[in-house]
Amino acid sequence: MPPDTTLTLTIEALDDDVPLRRHNPAWLALVRLAHHRLFVTGLVLFGIVALVAVLAPWIAPVDPNKLAMRAKFLPPSAEHLFGTDNFGRSLWSRVVWGARLSMFIGAAVVAINAVFGTLIGAAAGYFRRLDNVVMRVNDALMAFPAVLLAIGVTSVLGPSVNDVIIALGVVYTPRTARIVRASVIVLREMDYVQAARAAGAGDFRILRKHILPNAMAPLIVQLSFLFAYAVLTEATLSFLGVGAVPPTPTWGNIMAEGRQYMIDAPWIITIPGAALMITVLGLNLLGDGLRDVLDPRLRVQQ
Amino acid sequence: MIGILIRRLFSALPILLMVSLITFGMIHLIPGDPASAIAGLSATPEQIANIRHDLGLDQSLPNQLLRWYVNLLHGDLGRSLLMGQSVMQVTLLRLPVTIALSAYALVITLTLGLLSGIVAALRQNTWVDQASMMFAMLGISVPNFYLGLLMIILFAVELGWLPTGGYVPLTSDPLGWLITSTMPAVSLALLLTGLLARITRSTMLEVLRQDYVRTARAKGLPRHKVVFKHALANAMIPITTVVGIIVSLLISGSVVTETLFSIPGMGQLLTQAVLNRDYPMVQGGLLITTGLLVLVNIGVDVIYALLDPRVRYDAA
Repeated sequence: MPPDTTLTLTIEALDDDVPLRRHNPAWLALVRLAHHRLFVTGLVLFGIVALVAVLAPWIAPVDPNKLAMRAKFLPPSAEHLFGTDNFGRSLWSRVVWGARLSMFIGAAVVAINAVFGTLIGAAAGYFRRLDNVVMRVNDALMAFPAVLLAIGVTSVLGPSVNDVIIALGVVYTPRTARIVRASVIVLREMDYVQAARAAGAGDFRILRKHILPNAMAPLIVQLSFLFAYAVLTEATLSFLGVGAVPPTPTWGNIMAEGRQYMIDAPWIITIPGAALMITVLGLNLLGDGLRDVLDPRLRVQQ
Repeated sequence: MIGILIRRLFSALPILLMVSLITFGMIHLIPGDPASAIAGLSATPEQIANIRHDLGLDQSLPNQLLRWYVNLLHGDLGRSLLMGQSVMQVTLLRLPVTIALSAYALVITLTLGLLSGIVAALRQNTWVDQASMMFAMLGISVPNFYLGLLMIILFAVELGWLPTGGYVPLTSDPLGWLITSTMPAVSLALLLTGLLARITRSTMLEVLRQDYVRTARAKGLPRHKVVFKHALANAMIPITTVVGIIVSLLISGSVVTETLFSIPGMGQLLTQAVLNRDYPMVQGGLLITTGLLVLVNIGVDVIYALLDPRVRYDAA
């Protein structure tokens, strides 16, 4: 084989337009996340809860609100995996369906934040004239303590799952908008954005094509922590009795009802509480991992 | 310093104005007729009309807004529908309870959070670091009411060391207050301790890498002097800004902690008000608490300016 053939082949390989996987930033981030031990731990914890939530109708076929007055306060056993409560309801069913509600509420609040937080933050950060007005309202909403504002909003709207989602959306969207705005303000002044503008790109094209894709990293990190806050605050509202009305099987409701029996039937509290803790822990680990990999500015030095 | 304080107070006015506008607007966001919603299903038309008149809902919106602000300037937030007393009076009675509890929790948070964060940074990547960061992670992941419940089961029911709840005023019996407030304060402080420890650690690590720290070490200063005089003094600047957030989270957390431990503070008051559709109480309580928080944040900003000579609010 003449030596020049290998040379040509190498050059061809380099010139090849097919993007190499190891040069793709998304792929690189995934590889680094897969090596992040705490992220993987968080993903597994959260994955278990999410899986339970999705599979609820199959793994907990007993109606979570089905009363069985003759089977009250049964401790956990092979027959009743998590025991039963003061109405003889299956705690396994209630906790599993509670996971489904928590995941649904968390995901809905994240979706609201992803959409409205991005829209509001991008508008405020990009269009200077909007900034002042939007951020005044934003800052005022953020000045309220989160739980107080949430119970205030649910007191106005009502005690259904949808109202709780709206309340949590009102409480947390300003925080998300602030983060998006901060990225947009920095990116707006970047040379490549100025270049795009000079080349004649319109505002919306610049925002969509050049600014928002680069503002995603802090947003994704924020949304994973937000999922944790949303699940936690929802549980707090239910525990206080201002969230979704009983007997809706939310973890907070189960714990609130179990409170009077905590001495004789502590499992009614400890099991949903542990489920809540595992969910929040998983999401926090997930968020830490994402921040380490995606948002190196905020990285806690290893 | 007085100059900074006055400037900051002025710049907080728009926020306070907006906060009061939002609390005013709340009642108008009730779907349907607010007066009949407040009166409940069994109310007679006269009762509904009475409530409508009491809350001024029979007047035009600009008039209501005017009345709201005129009353606000007189410190009048209306009457609690549930208790019949003035909202301001009830709040002033309950507020010290929450402030005392929050202050206790804040002391725990600052002591444990700063200490474990500093130690973790100094012993980076050792088991001490890993243990305190694991503890911090658990801290920010355990819901405070779950921790409170577990503590009640362990310390009050099983061991009988502390009471399950109740409240003794600090002024009448300081020791009794300490005994009844310890479990609530600890359960309230854990999340924030974790938060503060994480922030302190990362800030300290950042500062410890700076040139001036290396210079201080190189010129032979003892380690504790370098850590406390050079590193910590600079790390305190970003840490101070977090204290404002921590106080806000404390107030949020105290809502459920007070309910759990039957402590008659603002949190319990507001929860009861929400459950009983006592809207003037909800509005007033929200407004006063948030207003105080804004003031706390101004205080934090002023301390921040004092700590960092580079920060001057001349532009503001």
